[in-house]
Amino acid sequence: MAENPSELHLPGPIMSRREALQVTAGAVTLAALPPETVAATSSSPAVVKNDMTLTMTVNGRIHTLTVDPRQSVLDVLRETLDLTGTKKGCNQGACGACTVLVDGKRIVSCLTLAAMHGGAQIETIEGLEKDGVLHPLQEAFVEHEGLQCGFCTPGQIMSGLGCIAEGHAGSPQEIQFWMSGNICRCGAYPGIVAAVADAAGRT
Amino acid sequence: MSASLIGRPLARVDGRAKVTGTARYAADFNQPGQLYAVIVSATVGLGRVMDVAAAEVERMPGIAAVITHRNAPKLPYLPHRAVIDPAVGERLHVLQEDNVRFYGQPVAIVVADTLDHAERAATALRVTYETRQPLVDPADRRAEKIVPEAATRARALADRSRGDADGAVAQAPVRIDETYDIARENHNPMEPHATIAAWNGDRLTLWSKSQYLVNEQAEIAAVFGLPAENVEVICPFIGGAFGTSLRTWPHVTLAALAARHVARPVKLVLTRKQMFFTTGHRPRTRQRVALGATPEGRLTGVIHEGMGETSRYEQFMEALTNVTDYLYSCPNVRTQYRLAQLDTSTPNHMRGPGDASGIFALESAMDELSYKLGIDPIELRRRNEPQIDEAENKPFSSRSLMQCYELGSERFGWARRTPKPRSMRDGRLLIGMGAATATYPAFHAPASARVRLLADGLAEVEAAASDMGPGTYTSMTQVAAEFLGLPPEQVRFRLGRSAYPQTPSHGGSWTMASVGSAIRAACLEAQAQAARRAVADTRSPLFEASVGNLEWSAGHLRRRGEASTGLSYQDIVARTGAPVEAEGSAQRDPEVAERYSMHSFGAVFAEVAIDPDVGTIRVRHIVGAYGIGRVVNPLLARSQCTGGMIGGIGMALMERTVLDLRDGRPVNAHMADYLMPVNLDIPKLEALFVDEVDPHVNPLGVKGLGEIALVGTAPAIANAVFHATGKRVRSLPIHIEDVLTA
Amino acid sequence: MFPFVLEKPDSTEDAIAAAAAGARYIAGGTTLVDLMREEVERPERLIDINRLPLGGIRVEGEHLVIGALARMAEVAADANVQRLQPLIAESLIEGASPQLRNMASMGGNLLQRVRCPYFRMLDAGCNKRTPGSGCAAIDGLNAGHAILGTSDHCVATHPSDVAVALVALDATMRVRGPQGERSFPVEELFRLPGDTPHLEHTLLPGELIVEIRVPGGPHSRRARYLKVRDRASYEFALVSAAVALLVEDGVIRQARIAVGGVGTRPWRLRDCEAELVGKGPDRQAFEEAARLAARGARPLRHNHFKAELLPRTIVRALEMAGEVA
Repeated sequence: MAENPSELHLPGPIMSRREALQVTAGAVTLAALPPETVAATSSSPAVVKNDMTLTMTVNGRIHTLTVDPRQSVLDVLRETLDLTGTKKGCNQGACGACTVLVDGKRIVSCLTLAAMHGGAQIETIEGLEKDGVLHPLQEAFVEHEGLQCGFCTPGQIMSGLGCIAEGHAGSPQEIQFWMSGNICRCGAYPGIVAAVADAAGRT
Repeated sequence: MSASLIGRPLARVDGRAKVTGTARYAADFNQPGQLYAVIVSATVGLGRVMDVAAAEVERMPGIAAVITHRNAPKLPYLPHRAVIDPAVGERLHVLQEDNVRFYGQPVAIVVADTLDHAERAATALRVTYETRQPLVDPADRRAEKIVPEAATRARALADRSRGDADGAVAQAPVRIDETYDIARENHNPMEPHATIAAWNGDRLTLWSKSQYLVNEQAEIAAVFGLPAENVEVICPFIGGAFGTSLRTWPHVTLAALAARHVARPVKLVLTRKQMFFTTGHRPRTRQRVALGATPEGRLTGVIHEGMGETSRYEQFMEALTNVTDYLYSCPNVRTQYRLAQLDTSTPNHMRGPGDASGIFALESAMDELSYKLGIDPIELRRRNEPQIDEAENKPFSSRSLMQCYELGSERFGWARRTPKPRSMRDGRLLIGMGAATATYPAFHAPASARVRLLADGLAEVEAAASDMGPGTYTSMTQVAAEFLGLPPEQVRFRLGRSAYPQTPSHGGSWTMASVGSAIRAACLEAQAQAARRAVADTRSPLFEASVGNLEWSAGHLRRRGEASTGLSYQDIVARTGAPVEAEGSAQRDPEVAERYSMHSFGAVFAEVAIDPDVGTIRVRHIVGAYGIGRVVNPLLARSQCTGGMIGGIGMALMERTVLDLRDGRPVNAHMADYLMPVNLDIPKLEALFVDEVDPHVNPLGVKGLGEIALVGTAPAIANAVFHATGKRVRSLPIHIEDVLTA
Repeated sequence: MFPFVLEKPDSTEDAIAAAAAGARYIAGGTTLVDLMREEVERPERLIDINRLPLGGIRVEGEHLVIGALARMAEVAADANVQRLQPLIAESLIEGASPQLRNMASMGGNLLQRVRCPYFRMLDAGCNKRTPGSGCAAIDGLNAGHAILGTSDHCVATHPSDVAVALVALDATMRVRGPQGERSFPVEELFRLPGDTPHLEHTLLPGELIVEIRVPGGPHSRRARYLKVRDRASYEFALVSAAVALLVEDGVIRQARIAVGGVGTRPWRLRDCEAELVGKGPDRQAFEEAARLAARGARPLRHNHFKAELLPRTIVRALEMAGEVA
């Protein structure tokens, strides 16, 4: 109804022709994969050890880590290093909650493979406060109500740091454009813009 | 402490935790030895699981368990139903049977040592189904429309009538009779649902995202057949919820089940895609509104018929047509509410539930009527402003709708508006201005709280409440500080544990009314206890004084009228040893509740700019003026309102979960494809509050804010779109293609 | 995600050799990692090419030369790009989020996979993902799909923004593979789906994009990118248009128009361009030319509006280009 209020949609198979049986082989993974791949999967669940050892500097601390190449920087931060300040919002690169700085640039850590970033300098929300003193952008987020539930906040702040460093915090409109990679479902956007503008002015 | 703390713009007390990443949400409570669970979701819309090739994936690296209906233990699933659960039907029993009732239903859970191993195995698990054709389109003729059985019990009513609405509309000189559609929406909070479950013998700890901790405790206890005290739920922070975490959904059971199966703590986080399957949604609705009026704009008849989708196994009801009963004065009103039972999962409450959807239809129709009559839309509402709630035949405890319209239209610049559609431009852009009424009930539910006065002068306050973003931590600190007469720095307010004193769900805009009133009661009780101690203490200057002759001022106890500073809590507690500990509870006086109709009201104004060439619709300005009783913290209240407006922009112009009618799968179950406003979409937003004193709602005089903040925005925008283009769009969301040929 | 081995060669030769043996290149990973997580992509060997000397942006005579590993953000911010080819900068900042633009390489952007939702669902038929499995979109939800260049086997839209600009600007690309180097127009990188939608581009096994070369000219200054979408940012185009005009003495001497969001590949509209040449840069001329844009369009059940929106977008983009001083 929502998609087509005016017409009745005739039901038909959504699955492939090959799979158009009354009893479908469900994990349609099967249908989707070429037969030889399927055979390889089901017959050889052999342990593939592709782990890699690398070093990574997180908030100034050097970590030597053994990672599964599949692991994202986000999962390494949260699950291996227990740095849970960085959040997993969508794991699809579409919300910005996992934003961190890698070698000074803001990126989404969910789509970043840790194994590709040996030697990288990573900065997360946990590294901003120095000796009990908040970073000016952190202060500004509290002062300007740049948050409500707080879940997108670490990503917003790291993204805001990137936005300021890139020189895109010249006006509220510019900040709105350059901060649109971070979704805030509570709608704290006006406060976020004010906080980034304020901190940009202070630095 | 002379000036009242209530009403002060205190900065968030948890702000520092949130900007440093130290605020811990459910998935942040990593446990030693924890394993990772991933749900396998059904890939058919209706049918039966025939086979699960579990053995294939059990041999894969790191796999600890594959749990399906075949090897899952039979769970007791004792009867349990809270106010937020549908009153009719039975909750989904997960992994207890081979039935697949809807696309995305959990059919298995995989547990592994790492997330990557669990995800790999979950994708590889082959499940074979027998499939049947599901029915997922509420507009389908085969979709049975039923009268909700629970209608007498819940707030929503199936049928309600006064006078002869159909006759009045039929005979009215001016008539509107239209149908309005709203797409399914998903809450899509930034934080996915997450539960970490850990068993210690037959005791279970859940770090779990919940807006209703004591119910999650009770529900999981019922599912597993445990005494409630064996289950503890911990959730100090919620990453947005908007209703999706009111119920305890199947994944919480799955996490607990998996943890028991592998005898290790288990972490289970839903994927973003799974957030579209089993954690509720704002139901698709179709509504008919028919209005009859005199040429002068007096309503003579109002008909509002609404239909919402629900699942086959539960009747989810919301207050879809309620607003029509009391919003305007009219002798002949008929409302009707029906459900379409479909092969989908059960909907649930989403910010402004029922009212936000219903008011889109009613306020669109009122706007249509204003053009037909040639009467200014605000004037039309003024001419139909009731003196009392005509459905209940009761006075309103307070109603400031007309003041809201005055205040809002002044700030918005409604006077600049030229009435004719397509008459306002800014360069090439078509400009439109629209307005709509907002309203939401001022609810109240029984709640309790505990206050502990410590020897170091601090006051600890506890309640099993939640803070999904409105600022409960901060506002409750203010309430406690106010009634104890302490500076807020001396108050430690704690929430987010089911073991704390019971509170209602964190939703329905009743947290401040209910929990705030309980905290007030607990503070007064603590003061009474402290006073009794002071007069019983032989060493106290107030020894043997009559308690009735004492008074509290700025956190000090002294003889009434005496100039001395008196005794502080610290003085009293230090002299008598143990901390003062007091519990308080509050509920609405049933007699008062019976006497008044209690609602918040507001007026929302929106300005849109539409590109006549390519149809892009951008909101330029929203003003909302609200009468919500007392404002506890204007800083937080404004944030709530502007956030609600942004939610309303989403509802009006972006949000829809699109189902493939062939099997009911949500096709856009992805954060990039389910559109919600981003920073660049945000216009100038202004929230205003009229001064309103409501002595009846509760001792604090608060009517609630979170829900009404969203209600009214979508129709205001839709009405502005009509004003800009001359094209009336009666289905939400309004997209480019809807106005392209306007 | 399927397990894989990650290799990090230091030389282009080593990378090409590995890819010729069946491994996949990865640069920014913004598309590939996302699809690997869904197991839509299941490479068993990945070659991290970020150490290869394929970055940088330079000017060579009339040409702007963009290294395949240059990041979207870096290209958009480059002074030469902004001066010589503002259309490229504009299309880049309208594509993806700032974070993704910091990650995604230019080469990867051109090779990004489609956004058809059924392509991402292992439990739906998709000829692109699994040849012969059918197309769930043709009879499913297809509001976002293409109306040009579709076949009975695939209707997915090419999602890139900057590719549309590059096609409009007659950019070429240099690629290197086991058989050495070759160059060809960017437009020729993209195949039509036909009955082989799983074959998306014309690169040979092991071939690696080295650089993108954009010829300059007086048209480059009157060039604009217009992206039409329901959300103001962070959304794929419903329709987009990259246009460039060379106007002399009040007469259009040269016009370039390419569109996105409507085609199974970035779609150049040479008929519309020809229609404009010799006319004055006014709305009537724009509308007459744009009318030709949707000829041959095959709208699906839910995307009829694109046939209406397409010419309107072109007209508006041409007007914007005409307004450029």
